[in-house]
Amino acid sequence: MSRCKRIATGIGFAATLLAASAWADVKIAFIDPLSGGGAATGILAQKTHQFYIDAINAAGGLNGEKLELLSFDNKVNPQESLVQLKRALDEGARYVVQGNGSGVALALTDAIQKHNERNPGKEVLYLNYAAVDPVLTNEKCNFWHFRFDSDADMKMAAMVDVIARDPKIQRVYLINQDYSFGKAVAAAAARMLKEKRPDIKIVGDELHPLQKVNDFSPYVAKIKASGADTVITGNWSNDLVLLVKAGRDAGLKVNWETYYGDSPGAVTAIGEAGVDTLKHVSEWHRNASSELDTSIAAFSKRYSGKENEFVYWRIKTMWDMFVAAAKKAQSNEPAKVARALEGLKMNTGVGEVEMRADNHQILQPLFVSTLVRGTKFDSEGTGLGWKTDAKVDAKATALPTTCKMERPK
Amino acid sequence: MSDAAIAAGVSASRTSVLRGRALMVVLTAIALVVLPLLPGFESDFARSLLTQMAIAAVFALSFNLLFGNTGLLSFGHAVYFGLGAYAAIHCMRAINHGLPLPIVLVPLAGAIGGLLSGIVFGALTTRRAGTIFALISLGVGELVYAAAFILPGLFGGEEGISASRTKAVIDLGFPLASQLHVYYVVIAWAIIAAMLLHAFIRTPVGRMCHAVRDNPERAEFVGYSAQRVRFISFAVAGLVAGIAGGLHAINYEIVAADAVGAQRSGTVLIMTYIGGIGHFSGPVLGAIVITWLQSSLSAYTAAWQLYLGLFFMLMIVYAPAGLSGLLLRHRRIAHGGALARVLGSYVVAAVPIVIAMAGAVLLIEMSYRLATQPELGTRMRLLGMSLDAASTWPWVLAVCSLAGGLALLRMTLPLVRVAWQRALQAP
Amino acid sequence: MLELATVSLLNGIVYGLLLFMLSSGLTLIFSMMGVLNFAHASFFMLGAYFSYQLGRWIGFWPALVIAPVLCALVGAAIERYGLRRVHASGHVAEILFTFGLAYVIEELVTMAWGRNAVSNDVPTAIDFALFHVFGSTFPAYKGLMMAISVAMFGALYLGLKRTRIGLVIQAALTHPKMVSALGHDVPAMFVLVFAIGSGLAGLAGVIGGFMLLTQPTLAHSIGPIVFVVVVVGGLGSLSGAFIASLLIGLLQTFAVAIDYSLLDVMRSAGMVVTRASPMYELLAVKVATVAPVVPYLLLVLMLIVRPRGLLGTRDV
Repeated sequence: MSRCKRIATGIGFAATLLAASAWADVKIAFIDPLSGGGAATGILAQKTHQFYIDAINAAGGLNGEKLELLSFDNKVNPQESLVQLKRALDEGARYVVQGNGSGVALALTDAIQKHNERNPGKEVLYLNYAAVDPVLTNEKCNFWHFRFDSDADMKMAAMVDVIARDPKIQRVYLINQDYSFGKAVAAAAARMLKEKRPDIKIVGDELHPLQKVNDFSPYVAKIKASGADTVITGNWSNDLVLLVKAGRDAGLKVNWETYYGDSPGAVTAIGEAGVDTLKHVSEWHRNASSELDTSIAAFSKRYSGKENEFVYWRIKTMWDMFVAAAKKAQSNEPAKVARALEGLKMNTGVGEVEMRADNHQILQPLFVSTLVRGTKFDSEGTGLGWKTDAKVDAKATALPTTCKMERPK
Repeated sequence: MSDAAIAAGVSASRTSVLRGRALMVVLTAIALVVLPLLPGFESDFARSLLTQMAIAAVFALSFNLLFGNTGLLSFGHAVYFGLGAYAAIHCMRAINHGLPLPIVLVPLAGAIGGLLSGIVFGALTTRRAGTIFALISLGVGELVYAAAFILPGLFGGEEGISASRTKAVIDLGFPLASQLHVYYVVIAWAIIAAMLLHAFIRTPVGRMCHAVRDNPERAEFVGYSAQRVRFISFAVAGLVAGIAGGLHAINYEIVAADAVGAQRSGTVLIMTYIGGIGHFSGPVLGAIVITWLQSSLSAYTAAWQLYLGLFFMLMIVYAPAGLSGLLLRHRRIAHGGALARVLGSYVVAAVPIVIAMAGAVLLIEMSYRLATQPELGTRMRLLGMSLDAASTWPWVLAVCSLAGGLALLRMTLPLVRVAWQRALQAP
Repeated sequence: MLELATVSLLNGIVYGLLLFMLSSGLTLIFSMMGVLNFAHASFFMLGAYFSYQLGRWIGFWPALVIAPVLCALVGAAIERYGLRRVHASGHVAEILFTFGLAYVIEELVTMAWGRNAVSNDVPTAIDFALFHVFGSTFPAYKGLMMAISVAMFGALYLGLKRTRIGLVIQAALTHPKMVSALGHDVPAMFVLVFAIGSGLAGLAGVIGGFMLLTQPTLAHSIGPIVFVVVVVGGLGSLSGAFIASLLIGLLQTFAVAIDYSLLDVMRSAGMVVTRASPMYELLAVKVATVAPVVPYLLLVLMLIVRPRGLLGTRDV
């Protein structure tokens, strides 16, 4: 070969390699609120995802490719989420990560299913890390959707188990947000209490408009008048903080059984009045296990400050499982990773987890914990922290499903 | 000249004006058809953005029928858009389950939904105009939004109602699976809606809308009931908003409560006002600009809402006629050298504006980074420069830039004023 | 039942007085200048943030005085340098200007204090139980709020009716053009009124910031209700605003306590209604669930039936 031709081939080869590596990233689209009302939780989640993706890349990437996180702001709006989804697909994303808001989740799972049907070979996988409406892994289940948080019914089952063992609880008041998730919580509470403790009287079943109530004192007055000793609520963010704040102001003495008692600001709002009364059910809490210490310390080193307090243990679980599945499938193709995820079992810092193959719902240990004094780690600098009341193992959290999944060939 | 000759001359010029207008419409239609096939617009996202702009344009046109033409400021116009969208999505669901209608006719269901809700709410609210009407529309908007959560059977609650635009019994050979096809359907309906509105404004009732806006008492003396004119205008605006809603339902295949929400009502108001309420095409321009800003700006900066708000406020103070008003002002001097001189003065005045804006952007972006994203560190890349927000020199640079730009602007604005004066005096 | 009624009465009055504090300023501004100030609740939010920041630097009691003054200054500046240029373009342009202003203030607040709620905690000086009613505690800061609200009403009432400038402002509330023709400096009065209105909102924000969460979306969450109060109370009438605030506060609070729906009424009247009946969903809605939208219902009804409001002296 002439010298010119050799140089040309060499350059061509190098160029191809360069081009190939430019296409070698696995692009992951994060679609959640980065501005507006839900921004605080959305941004914290984004940092958490970025943290674990960076860790994966630092360890050499996945199947020889690096992961790249593309962030899209959906302002917790279902329509805007679909717009951003289109943009994400355009930029080459093959994985979509979302969690804030079941309304958005339902829109996304629907749109992704339609996209995958209409574009065989260019499928996209949806990793849901926080939207817990049970319907997503039941009636509206979808092969391309995987949920990495226990659904609302599973959490309620764990909560009711602990309630059932406490004979002092006699009168329960339900108060929830008036939308699909809140109604699901209320229905599950009523159903499961009847099964496990039929002697408990449900003295109130309240639904209030979502994120619209500024002053919960009238609701607190009702709770007091009903003589309830326990309040069960799925409220999150402002709705929970304002509720417990009003309760504290009125000197309400009840057990607060919550889903999101660790909402930023909630512990500060309830303060001393929450000691031994504020409880929540979640897949972890800061004092759940000493195995968590190193991982969380690494996160807190990079992101410090009160608004960056680590919240999403399930995101770590999600990425660990993703890596395991991709390694098992020896590919980063969504369809292959999806099949590898089905039935995947893994050990985490708090126990064993499993991804169900029949409805793509994760089975993970659940903790029901109470706010107390004198724990090793406290919340929001208040001197009060969470202490485990009961731990439910992953397998025990499984519930029957109505999912009839259509699998691609 | 004889009367006949004058009449002939008048009708000849009229025909040429109409011919000119028809030519413009045809050219616009061709441009719209060709647009998504041009390089740069071939991605799904770009076509989706164009579709969104078209839907927003129809919505803004319907809003301007109320606002610009009839003088009714509504803070709850999204109600008619949303109710039309819900009607359309239910119709699509029925089609998915076997109703023998082609999907392309779904916006008709939206139109009916918008019309009916326009009639029902219009009967209640059009008795008064002005601020009372504005406040009632605010109240109605909040009520309907709350109803969307209270009646999940009809409105689907927070998840909304979804349907498929490809599953139908009747197949016209035009599957709506790709964004390109959806774009063409939306453009076709948008043109129909625009022509409908344009024609309505030319009817006697449409003309009376202007009269009722300017002087309702005198309109009554001419023999028209101001309330009835407003009511008819409201119903037609509802109908067109419903068409926009129907197109929205086809494009997203899902309709949720935010379709009737206050944010959507606010956005269409901003779009229409910024585009300009004095001219028919003003809202279209506003819809295009604002849709583009909302979609793309959030990718570049976290402070996009601040920029949008500031832009809006500046427009209100300095350009109340909107973008179309600004552009059309130049029609008067559109001959020869006068326009060129004016444009030249703009270029000179643009330099200090750019300098001032650069300073403002630096200040805003650095403050945002320090206040809301401290863990990203203080090193940033702004306007092609690498800087550290914790050090003083970028701040000094930003403040000087802003202050200096504004000072220079004060000096160069008289140039613009002089150029305009000369242009207006030219024969 | 008596317990619930008494506590609801107390809560309703507290909420109503908070609404009055917030809307007294807007009544002045709207009545006198015809400007539907969408940014009014933003001044409320600024008051909360200023008092939070000042409270950390110099303590709560000085902050209680200084924060409203700061808000008044900001309001004066906005009217003098911004809104004044828009008056010529008409009421709609003014409304839109304040609309944009509300957006911008929300973003500026985010730039300064971040997106999350700041811990604007009740200062220990007023963080105790004032008294007990049927076993529930009534916190002292709510008592302070009630006192300030009533004092505000008293001061405004006396100021408008007994001072010279107050008389001129009162005249301008109903006959702005005539007042100008008589030689009073109406633009300067506008600045004064806007400043006072914003200052009052700021004062409301200092206390309101404890009751609600001090975060950038605060203005957005409480804004619309203020319009309802001003419209229902009537233009040009401070007493109207007072009565309307209490009315709305009580209505909303008592509505929450009512767990009945139209369905219950129909069933007790002997009608048979099942899930399959038409409009079942609408009939089954409990009054308590719709309580937060009761003010808007009142707004729409009032505007249709009696647009000048309860005690309005002139039409909107």
